[in-house]
Amino acid sequence: MEKLKNFTSSSLFLPIVALAVLLIFNGIFVEDFFDIQITEDGRLFGRVIDILTRSSSLVILSLGMTLVIATSGIDISVGAVVAISAAVVCTLIGGRGDGVAETPMALAMLASVGIGILCGIWNGILVAKFKIQAVVATLILMTAGRGIAQLLTEGQIVTVYYKPFASIAGVIPGMPLPTNVFIALAMVLLVVFVMKKTSIGLFIQSVGINPTAAKYVGINVTLVLFLVYAFSGFCAGVTGLIESSLIRAADANNAGLNMEMDAILAVALGGTLLSGGKFYLGGSVIGAVTIQTLTTTLYALGVSADQLPVVKAIAVIAICLIQSKKARDLFDKWKSGRSAKAVTADAKAVNKA
Amino acid sequence: MKKKISELIASKYFSFFVTVILFAILYGVGIGMYKGFMKPQVFLNLFIDNAALIIVTIGITFTLLIGGIDLSVGAVLALTCMVLAWLLANTGISVFAAIALVLLMGTAFGAIQGYLIAKFDLQPFIITLAGMLFCRGMTAVISRETINITNPTFVAMADFRLSVGAGFVSMGVIIAIIALIVAAVVLGFTRFGRNIYALGGSESSASLMGLPVFRTKVSVYTISGFCSALGGIAYALMMLTGYNLHGMGMEMDAIASSVIGGTLLTGGVGFIPGALFGVLIQGVILTFISFQGTLSAWWTKIVVGALLCVFIIMQAFITEHKSKLTAKSSLEENS
Amino acid sequence: MAAALLEMRHIDKVFPGVKALSNVDFTLHAGEIHSLMGENGAGKSTLVKVLTGVYPKDGGTIHLNGKEIYPKTPKDAQEEGISTVYQEVNLCPNLTVAENIFIGREPRRFGFIDWKEVNRRSIELLKKLDVDIDVSKTLDNYPVAIQQMVAIARAVDVDAKILILDEPTSSLNEVETERLFRIVRQLQKQGMGIIFISHFLEQIYELCDHITILRNGELVGSYEVAKLPRLELIAKMVGKNLNDVKDMDKMAEKSVPSDEVFIETNHAASTGQIKDVSLQIHKGEVIGLAGLLGSGRTETAEMMFGLKEVTGGSLKINGKDEKLSNPMAAMKEKIAFCPEDRKLSGIIGDLTVRENIILALQAMDGMFTHIPYSKQVELADKFIDKLRIKVSDRDQLIKNLSGGNQQKVIIARWLATQPRFLILDEPTRGIDVGTKTEIQKMAVELAKNEGMSVAFISSEMDEMVRTCSKLVVMRDRKKVAELTGDQISSDGVMEAIAGGEK
Repeated sequence: MEKLKNFTSSSLFLPIVALAVLLIFNGIFVEDFFDIQITEDGRLFGRVIDILTRSSSLVILSLGMTLVIATSGIDISVGAVVAISAAVVCTLIGGRGDGVAETPMALAMLASVGIGILCGIWNGILVAKFKIQAVVATLILMTAGRGIAQLLTEGQIVTVYYKPFASIAGVIPGMPLPTNVFIALAMVLLVVFVMKKTSIGLFIQSVGINPTAAKYVGINVTLVLFLVYAFSGFCAGVTGLIESSLIRAADANNAGLNMEMDAILAVALGGTLLSGGKFYLGGSVIGAVTIQTLTTTLYALGVSADQLPVVKAIAVIAICLIQSKKARDLFDKWKSGRSAKAVTADAKAVNKA
Repeated sequence: MKKKISELIASKYFSFFVTVILFAILYGVGIGMYKGFMKPQVFLNLFIDNAALIIVTIGITFTLLIGGIDLSVGAVLALTCMVLAWLLANTGISVFAAIALVLLMGTAFGAIQGYLIAKFDLQPFIITLAGMLFCRGMTAVISRETINITNPTFVAMADFRLSVGAGFVSMGVIIAIIALIVAAVVLGFTRFGRNIYALGGSESSASLMGLPVFRTKVSVYTISGFCSALGGIAYALMMLTGYNLHGMGMEMDAIASSVIGGTLLTGGVGFIPGALFGVLIQGVILTFISFQGTLSAWWTKIVVGALLCVFIIMQAFITEHKSKLTAKSSLEENS
Repeated sequence: MAAALLEMRHIDKVFPGVKALSNVDFTLHAGEIHSLMGENGAGKSTLVKVLTGVYPKDGGTIHLNGKEIYPKTPKDAQEEGISTVYQEVNLCPNLTVAENIFIGREPRRFGFIDWKEVNRRSIELLKKLDVDIDVSKTLDNYPVAIQQMVAIARAVDVDAKILILDEPTSSLNEVETERLFRIVRQLQKQGMGIIFISHFLEQIYELCDHITILRNGELVGSYEVAKLPRLELIAKMVGKNLNDVKDMDKMAEKSVPSDEVFIETNHAASTGQIKDVSLQIHKGEVIGLAGLLGSGRTETAEMMFGLKEVTGGSLKINGKDEKLSNPMAAMKEKIAFCPEDRKLSGIIGDLTVRENIILALQAMDGMFTHIPYSKQVELADKFIDKLRIKVSDRDQLIKNLSGGNQQKVIIARWLATQPRFLILDEPTRGIDVGTKTEIQKMAVELAKNEGMSVAFISSEMDEMVRTCSKLVVMRDRKKVAELTGDQISSDGVMEAIAGGEK
């Protein structure tokens, strides 16, 4: 009973319950939802596997977003940075019909992730050095970013015929799952390792909870902010590689579209407060998978991609209300008001009797 | 001399001066480079093409003044166009009833956002970001394809032209000018308007001084919702369609225009005429690009983004400079 | 006896975990200047905030001119005729002086604000207060003293029956204080009831005719100033722990500073913050910085911790010129700083006690390493024990601790870095008397037993007199006196603060 109570009040409660509800719903209404098959070359197949695969991009983005939000900031430019990174890698490799890469793929990948980091540093400069509010600072890149991606691709969709490129998000023969799942896993392990071995996590939380006190304690607040935004840019850069590899092209208009909102939702669902402070990477990962499951479920129900945001918007507001201290206080007041009325009603009844 | 310059920089109209001068320079360069720029209609076209943006910028300025933000403006505009188009295409209601309905819708939407933000102490950017998603999604729910507006009354309104001097303006411009005047008067000459500035200057002080904080906050977002809807009507008059992608990125254009025109993102300082010039500058840049012919329209977004950056950084420097100035002067006074 | 203007009876106010006010009575008559006194945390602010509608009361009644009132918001209180001027001038810096005076009630013509009238009336109001300024300039162009006058002009114009002044003289010099007193006496003659909150005994004896004393949220009593000698007043404020305090006076001898100087400043200045401070702090010395609010004590401390840039003069540590560009630079020189407002710049609320304790040490070790968990536990437990911090668990969130324990955690945080110079800025503010004594004793012990240099800044004169072997007095951002040995006494300090401007 004690354990159950601990679980209910823990931060992982909400995302796990949400995921469970969705999985159960799918299990009931979708045929063979939990079926997993293995082919001869060791590949795994199944609806659940699909969800896992497709959620890798979101998992990666939500890692960066978690740390940014923990510092009381936000990065709404990640979608645009995904587009920029996709544009960079595709234009560098080139769309040559004979499938030859104009730049070695490894170099192109490095460049595109590097650009992602640069975008992050740009955001970091605006927020940390010029003290611009995070939402406005990242709004600039969010809107101008797609323009930049368009310029890089010269307004076209750059299709890449170079075969190995597809394996970033595709399956390398012999592996049970597509590569992007492993990339996501690697990123998660990287972040967990860094959090355990260094005190960056502690500093990030301090900056988010009380930046003045953090400064007074000798923490280099500017450096911490730089790092989280650069990391968010890094995550967006990696995601750009994956997204463009998925469709083997760079689509400046649609790459990463609305992903920033999904990432924010995943983080909020995962228990990290949008106002900053303590963060829960595990929660964000589960949150990301949950959002992907939600998206898949809604698609299955016939909701189209451009209508999806309505559901997500409602989910965000619901989570905000749940997280809001004021809302909880008001709710408690309302509850005690009702029980007080009940008590007085009872008392009156007793008196009458 | 140095003191005069310092005073000028610290004055709250400094940003406005810079904006007006910048506009004049840009326009001057335009006239210098392209003969076509000389035509007075080019100037009036700035208003015609950007009527919707002017109205939306007015609304967003109200939220910026209290230190908040409204990211849903573009989406509300799009939803307004779509609902209007749908109503006119599928029901028999009159144009005026349809217009009244969408205005009501936008206002109610803004009020709901304002209520959530004010009552539960939620962050404006996330609530209005969710609002943006909601409206974009609803626009697609209503129709995933373009709906054309063919209602004759509406089309007549769209074609209406008012002669002004050597040129003409559209209905949208008239709406925008009225909105500008009303907003300027409300902000400058009513208690409600001044309460907004007070709230933006210091919420805690405003509260202790007995000002109606909750009511003011909700009102500000309601006004923004109304202006987004009104801007939607102006936009529909121009495009005569309801379409999912209307107003994409308009929130940044509106914020940029307001900031370039002198609104401080931290709240408490802002000037409606300045916001107008912010929009005009964007208009001039776009006109430039279309005259130039070879640059893609995406360049406008990038230039506007860069301008926004520059102005924000300038504001940051001035605020810091100002606090040093005042600290110094108070020290001198006391010695 | 004339009917009372204001009667507050049996006032209770509870915050989670703390009973801030318990059965407090307060009476005010028209034409009375009544002082509300008590140490930090006694409940004065809370009582005022209950009266002015900022907090709802949990029990009791408030009667104004015989009629019961229920102020639920500041606006309600204002409408009843209760005006307040708070310590942190609660006006809007972005609005003009005239606007600040009239915001919310601007005179209108045909529904629109009549700016001419607003400006004209503001100039008139300020003239009555002996202030002649450009009312169309924004408030942030003026120093705090003027801003306070604007706040008073606003408070007075609202047809107030009661005027509450909360620490109004903290940032004023002698001339400005005299002007304020003149105005208050004028208002008294007009029949206003005035509540004057201040911790400056001299001023209270000069201005007020009645005193009400609170202690730990309870009413000690109400007295006429003329019939209450100073010693008795202090005794009532401090209460039964007076003996404790007396013992402290006798007990520990102060530390004897060594000849070695750890840190010194030579005509150090910081633009807009400090004009001229020269001091030498020896090892093993407990040095006090005394002065009114705004005299520059905290800024001087911040200068020695890398929080304020030294733009003139020099700063030397162990004889070498140093430039401390940020807190880490100071920390590397083994300097530690316990800030004045622990809530704002000290505690990191949602982190645990353990994390708060090891934080400074971790910052010094750098971002890319991690103090092993076992070592963290060891450190945390060591200081919880040494400083007798009351926690149920070292992983309790610091925000759930009482003020005194929070302060101890902050001190523990800095002691963990084994500093050679520890700066304590208002370490006893808002803390119970028992803990206050503990902290004072600790400051002296650190200097004596470990040869640490300790700077002790406090607005409670007695604390500094008790603990310091040297007292530096500051006024208007300059050092004006340095007291040692027998010169150190409350009177001596207050005289130095008041200074030769007579």
